[in-house]
Amino acid sequence: MAQQLLEVKDLHTQFFTRDGVVRAVDGVSFEVAAGETLGLVGESGCGKSVTALSLMRLIPVPPGKIVKGSIMFDGADVLKMDDDEVRGIRGNNIAMIFQDPMTSLNPVLTISRQISEALELHLKMDKSEARKRTIELLDLVGIPSAKKRVDDYPHQFSGGMRQRVMIAMALSCNPKLILADEPTTALDVTIQAQILDLLKNLAREFRTAFILITHDLGVVAGMTQRIHVMYGGKIVEKADTAELFANPKMPYTWGLLRSIPRLDEHRKAKLVPIEGLPPDLIAPPPGCRFEPRCQYRRDICREKEPELVHIPNSKPDHEARCWGTQQGGWLVDTDWHKEVGDTRVLEEIKQEVAQLPPEPKPGDLPPPPPAI
Amino acid sequence: MATAATTQQQRAAEINVTVRKQRSLWRDAMYRLVRNRAALVGLIVIAFAALVAIFAPLIAPYDPLEQNGPKQLMEPIWTQFFGSKFTDPAYILGSDELGRDILSRLMYSSRVSLIIGLVPVSIVLVIGLTVGMLAGYVGGVVDDFLMRVTDVVYAFPDLLFVIIIVATLRGTALGEAYDGLLIIFVGIAVVNWVGVARLVRGQVLSVKNREFVEAARAIGAGPGRIMRKHIFPNILAPIIVTVAFAIPGAMLTEAVLSFLGIGIRPPTPTWGVMINDGFLVFSTTPWPVLLPSLCISIVLLAFTFVGDGLRDALDPRSKM
Repeated sequence: MAQQLLEVKDLHTQFFTRDGVVRAVDGVSFEVAAGETLGLVGESGCGKSVTALSLMRLIPVPPGKIVKGSIMFDGADVLKMDDDEVRGIRGNNIAMIFQDPMTSLNPVLTISRQISEALELHLKMDKSEARKRTIELLDLVGIPSAKKRVDDYPHQFSGGMRQRVMIAMALSCNPKLILADEPTTALDVTIQAQILDLLKNLAREFRTAFILITHDLGVVAGMTQRIHVMYGGKIVEKADTAELFANPKMPYTWGLLRSIPRLDEHRKAKLVPIEGLPPDLIAPPPGCRFEPRCQYRRDICREKEPELVHIPNSKPDHEARCWGTQQGGWLVDTDWHKEVGDTRVLEEIKQEVAQLPPEPKPGDLPPPPPAI
Repeated sequence: MATAATTQQQRAAEINVTVRKQRSLWRDAMYRLVRNRAALVGLIVIAFAALVAIFAPLIAPYDPLEQNGPKQLMEPIWTQFFGSKFTDPAYILGSDELGRDILSRLMYSSRVSLIIGLVPVSIVLVIGLTVGMLAGYVGGVVDDFLMRVTDVVYAFPDLLFVIIIVATLRGTALGEAYDGLLIIFVGIAVVNWVGVARLVRGQVLSVKNREFVEAARAIGAGPGRIMRKHIFPNILAPIIVTVAFAIPGAMLTEAVLSFLGIGIRPPTPTWGVMINDGFLVFSTTPWPVLLPSLCISIVLLAFTFVGDGLRDALDPRSKM
């Protein structure tokens, strides 16, 4: 395998709160090759964003802390760098596109000043050079009459245009890796498609590696080469994109796929939601993290946590964290389209959910928006 | 014909795009401020007062310290229409108990007020901004320490604290400097920086967790840069409004101190000193007290109007 651009090993990021230690990212390992696009998929609150912020050391300390692991970027460990070195990487080698373009731009600075900032910081450009480059960048991300609009303020742009500005900002220093944290969640569906197209073209044109973080499998389907599914702070399934959609090997992924409407399904077919809520990351379930919501569960799931291992009947780099689909498991030959699991277990889960207090915890994340 | 019309329309559309003015936040705010009639009047009054203060030596009819024994306690010239026998056309606003021209004294007084409005407030701003920014942005122990110090100062009653400072240091070299002006600067600054520090800290706390600050961190900006370029412009509006209200506050403090006899030393004229002097003869004629009081009221009101106007103009939610 070629030299990896980014190698994350056994990353643990925790938040020390009054209620206890939140293990937001709990032993995550993955690699990204130069120019590759990787999708990180999962519900709200499963550690995707924290993973991305950890990569740039943007976790607020305190209460957060990266307690263990290593992040090798371009041959250097980001976690061992001092503050100046990390700042030299941020925006320059790793850039980030935030979820909400409405709040991620400084309302009192012009677009030109915001994009120029990274150019002046990292590439030591002077004002007029930076301005020229800013106009080029705005052109590149498809903002019409960029020359006239550079001196506008964020409130003079629409949501989609602002996200383009954010992308231009991320691209400004030609980073090797761009982290896109739900880049299309705050946008209309039509704009979403445009932005995704733009990202795809840019990734191809500049050979920039992307990590695309989303809860929407539809978004990653067309964009990524590989997908990692996260649940409860862990990666539960790794596969390349086509393989993941054709041959998923983890009941959680099945649940995600079932909750997406499909054009090839029968019109009357119902969407099946995943019952219950993501696990409490202060006191996660002792066994498999998905066990409390899994309709295929058995006793072993509750007792022991499965490892992320290669799954039989799949491509060589396909790994999943599930007792059932492992070698000799009871789900190896299950066709997830037809067998939705044990209905008796489903009833149990529904009852358990009903018994939960209505408000799980103050400050808990709201339930994930329905996948489109 | 039809094609000509469309090209014309196209050209108009083009021109429209190119002609569209770039309106910055500040230009917008300025526009809104000037459209506010009370604020506009306030601005004009302040500008007038400032001009009078700057050019006082040129336009004042008399030396403000020049005494004229026989012409004591002249009343303003319009009072002759109401039966006053003590008027003199040479003293438009009359004279005080030592025969000094009130108009000239009022003009010279505005110089002191202007300086009192500018210098201590600048000191207050520098200290308050530094302390507030550090406490708000760095947080933790630094925040705790700075805010406890602030609380201690804040706990004293404002005016009493100034009076104590000014009264105790009055005999020293500091108290003597510039007819007592310097000690008033110090007194006002020591008391008032806490308000600004608290305001700034609160604003910084609310802005520093906004996403654009995180976005700035994500492009590699350091703490100094984030404070200066990203947080400061966002908290500028409430600070400007506070300053607009702090200036008349400082002027009033000077007037009160001078009235109490521990402010600017006579015979240097200030409105407070004039009220103090006039108080002795108030039962004979009210004008030496009324006129400087009126000046204070008008200037203070003007600043308050401008402050209110600024607050409305700088509110980003009030779009025109």
